Amino acid sequence: MRLAGDHERPRDVAASASGSATALPIAVRRLSKAYGAVPVLDEIDLDVRPGEFLTLLGPSGSGKTTLLMAIAGFLRPDKGSIRFGEREVVRLAPHKREIGMVFQNYALFPHMDVARNVGFPLRLRRVPAAETARRVESALEMFQLGGFGTRRIDQLSGGQRQRVALARAIVFEPRIILMDEPLSALDKQLRERMQIELRQLHERLGTTTVYVTHDQREALTMSDRVAILDRGRIARIDTPRAIYDDPGSRFVAEFIGESSFLDVAIANGIARAAGATIRADNLPTRQGRCTMVLRPERLHLLGPGEGEGMNCFEGRVTGAVYQGDTLLLQTVLNGGSPVALRLTTRGGEGPPPVPGTPVRIGIAVSDTVLLPDEARGAP
Amino acid sequence: MTAASAFDSAGPAGDDHAAGLRRDQWRERMGLASLAAPALLLVTITMLVPVGWLFGLSFLDDNGALSLEHYRRMLAEPSYGRTFRTTFEISFVTTLICILLGYPLAYFLSQLPRRAANLCMIAVLLPFWTSLLVRTYAWLVLLQRSGLINTWGMKLGLWSEPLQLVHNMGGTLIGMVHIMLPFMVLPLYGTMRAIDRNLLRAAASLGSTPVHGFWTVFFPLSLPGLAAGASLVFVLCLGFYVTPAMLGGGKVTMVSNRIANDIELFFNWGAASALGVVLLVITLVVLVLAARLSRGAGLFGAGH
Repeated sequence: MRLAGDHERPRDVAASASGSATALPIAVRRLSKAYGAVPVLDEIDLDVRPGEFLTLLGPSGSGKTTLLMAIAGFLRPDKGSIRFGEREVVRLAPHKREIGMVFQNYALFPHMDVARNVGFPLRLRRVPAAETARRVESALEMFQLGGFGTRRIDQLSGGQRQRVALARAIVFEPRIILMDEPLSALDKQLRERMQIELRQLHERLGTTTVYVTHDQREALTMSDRVAILDRGRIARIDTPRAIYDDPGSRFVAEFIGESSFLDVAIANGIARAAGATIRADNLPTRQGRCTMVLRPERLHLLGPGEGEGMNCFEGRVTGAVYQGDTLLLQTVLNGGSPVALRLTTRGGEGPPPVPGTPVRIGIAVSDTVLLPDEARGAP
Repeated sequence: MTAASAFDSAGPAGDDHAAGLRRDQWRERMGLASLAAPALLLVTITMLVPVGWLFGLSFLDDNGALSLEHYRRMLAEPSYGRTFRTTFEISFVTTLICILLGYPLAYFLSQLPRRAANLCMIAVLLPFWTSLLVRTYAWLVLLQRSGLINTWGMKLGLWSEPLQLVHNMGGTLIGMVHIMLPFMVLPLYGTMRAIDRNLLRAAASLGSTPVHGFWTVFFPLSLPGLAAGASLVFVLCLGFYVTPAMLGGGKVTMVSNRIANDIELFFNWGAASALGVVLLVITLVVLVLAARLSRGAGLFGAGH
């Protein structure tokens, strides 16, 4: 709607940057980097599709930022290849890579006003002054910062600073955008609004984007695909839904969501855990052990007679935490395994069950996820 | 209010303790201020009193009558003008050389890992651990006609006659730069260390070459440190005594040397005081100008 009133510049930016002609794929091959004997990147292979929003997610020390810095050119890997489209860039200086980069601490130039910050890449490219001014203003308008050009950086709020940083990163129409935890310095509400905004921006520009975060919810909210890193390797790369519904390994299951885990024993194709027989769409093995993932929001508190099409467990309540929209119910199953349930709250409910109350817990067979036992090797 | 007073058993109903809280705050402030009291007292006794006394002396003639004689003579006699010109020349050139040597050094230190930088910083500060006098004598030993540099230079056949390296402007500058360099490096290093490295990365990602990034981003942000270091060195140079006295060999007369002469040779306290007052005023003017300049840079946010 903002585009309608003024000249059509923001749409121009979008039009020229989107489309298959300009969106570049990134191909990383066997990229390695070690500090001393400690590998931070361990033979990483990664393909970012043209126009894709890909998030690198992992705990601190997993190598996600190192990988991003290597793609940006600020970190020299020990070996490997990085290609933007057909072009090999692994030995190319950062200023020749034509990437828009957004930093966690914004990295705005404090001695320049907003317009000079955003115009910096355009002046470098010898864009005429009048056109620079026009493009700066339209980029600022895109981020609801129209008329902020003469403001000093220290007069802006955190959210405004991050918008200026974004405007500066896209104003020269780079074909790749890299973001290093750009929202982590913002408070929760602003962060969630900016997530939506960034997602919309990406849909408008269609620029290949690599985004680093340690916040799993942020990764799930924004990404086309998520790559989960663990100790310098990619543990899993897939769409948010595929990863959430079937984590595939204990590491990923622990990192995404707040699951409880149950040891499952399988004998002759019959799985049993916590005193109950487990039905699942596919058993990982016919003989031996595996791990069951229990997502708290997929568990139900069953009344008498309920539980059709579910795996059911007996247990008792150990605690309850009221969190407004949901009630987190902590229980322990017969056999001693702790399991948490997330129940939607409604008005007019009575108080939550007191500790010691016996409960029946059910999970739909279609929600039952069993992980092969070898995946438990991951910490 | 009513709810609060219900819990308040000590005071009368409605007592909000405002007076007591104000007293507590006042007591806390006075406690803090008293920490500064010994230093304030010392500065008053050792600085303000003598300076005030000198200030008074400078306006008295030889008979103790009020007069501007000392200042009039300073304007009338060209030798005073020469002294002030020499002082400014030496201070200016020393500052300039300190910038040229100190800026790259501080830059190098600021780019090192912190531990290595701290080690190098110790090396920079090492001269402070030896006496100023010892360091100046050391230069004399190195630079004099039969000194180390002349001896070795002639042995190696680089020159045949002993060079005049000391007891002149050059020798004075060498000694002054050596002593002043840390005062340039310290504030510069502090400012440079505080410059966020991501700023240069951001500049590079936007297409800026390392050289362009240095001049458009790093250098402007290092200016407050440069201004601080330069004004510190310049002001210290203005009043410097030991090094020009020893390495200048009587040929380089700075204001402080002149003051010493006035007192030691001519026992003219009034003239010496007048020189001191003029030097102090000039120093203050320089400091104010430097503050103005760096605040000008700060207008664009360079101070952060």
